[in-house]
Amino acid sequence: MLSKVSAAGAAPVDLNGPGHYVHWGVIQVSVANLVVVGIMVAVFILALVLPFPKGRGRK
Amino acid sequence: MSEHVIAPPPTPEPSPVAGATDGELTGGWTGAVRRGAVRALPPDKLLPDTQPKYVASWIYVFGVLTLAAFLVVLGSGAVLALKGPAWWHGSAVGHYFNSLHLWSVELFMAFMVIHLWGKFFMAAWRGRRALTWITGAVSFLGSVGTAFTGYLVQQNFDSQWISTQAKDGLNSVGIGAYFNVTDFGQMLMWHIVLLPAVVGLIVVLHILMVRRRGVVPPIALRSAPAEPAERETATEEEAAR
Repeated sequence: MLSKVSAAGAAPVDLNGPGHYVHWGVIQVSVANLVVVGIMVAVFILALVLPFPKGRGRK
Repeated sequence: MSEHVIAPPPTPEPSPVAGATDGELTGGWTGAVRRGAVRALPPDKLLPDTQPKYVASWIYVFGVLTLAAFLVVLGSGAVLALKGPAWWHGSAVGHYFNSLHLWSVELFMAFMVIHLWGKFFMAAWRGRRALTWITGAVSFLGSVGTAFTGYLVQQNFDSQWISTQAKDGLNSVGIGAYFNVTDFGQMLMWHIVLLPAVVGLIVVLHILMVRRRGVVPPIALRSAPAEPAERETATEEEAAR
């Protein structure tokens, strides 16, 4: 029962452990931060290309 | 066929200072401030009900998203300040507000950075908007400092790690004695009083500058016929030359 409850409330990624890091020369970034940056870049590009809905009374 | 009625010119109101006419500068410094404020931000500019056509793009939404997230940050932070750490660490509703504060900050920073990217690539300092750009950049830096002091006052191992790492960096530039990241009380005051006041004030200035100069048009529109707000700014720019 307890395992079912904890499974339902578990994070999609196992957070019980040291974080994962990506190294590129002198640059080191955690995978979690890299995912956030990737999502932000994706949102930025979508904001540029997606059509904006036409509101009522817009000139 | 519509009939045009020409209204008579409005009758000038009598001046509150005896003998003074309308054109004279009256009312001391309060009058001067009032006249300057109304000249810089007339009501239709301060609270406009229309925006230029080019504003109908998702990239223009991120400024107001940042502002909305900022209001949630301030509101949730105010509740945390009123209820205290025993509440936010020890009760379910306290945990909720603690998380609300964290996630609204995450969204605030993300929206602000996307807003910054958009404004950088459209060179948003054009058309006498340098002060708008500068107040935005300063509020971004202030927000980084506010978020940093927020991480320092989490009262967990994370905050201990961050503060002991940061103290070496701050000591190396000589400000560790005045901005002591291992002093919990000092960091809490920076986080909940000084920095929010400064960031809030600069954000207000930033929004007033956006109202004064108008929303920056995309670069491609510079050669196209200008929108009324842009035309007015361009006229001011020409006059300043």
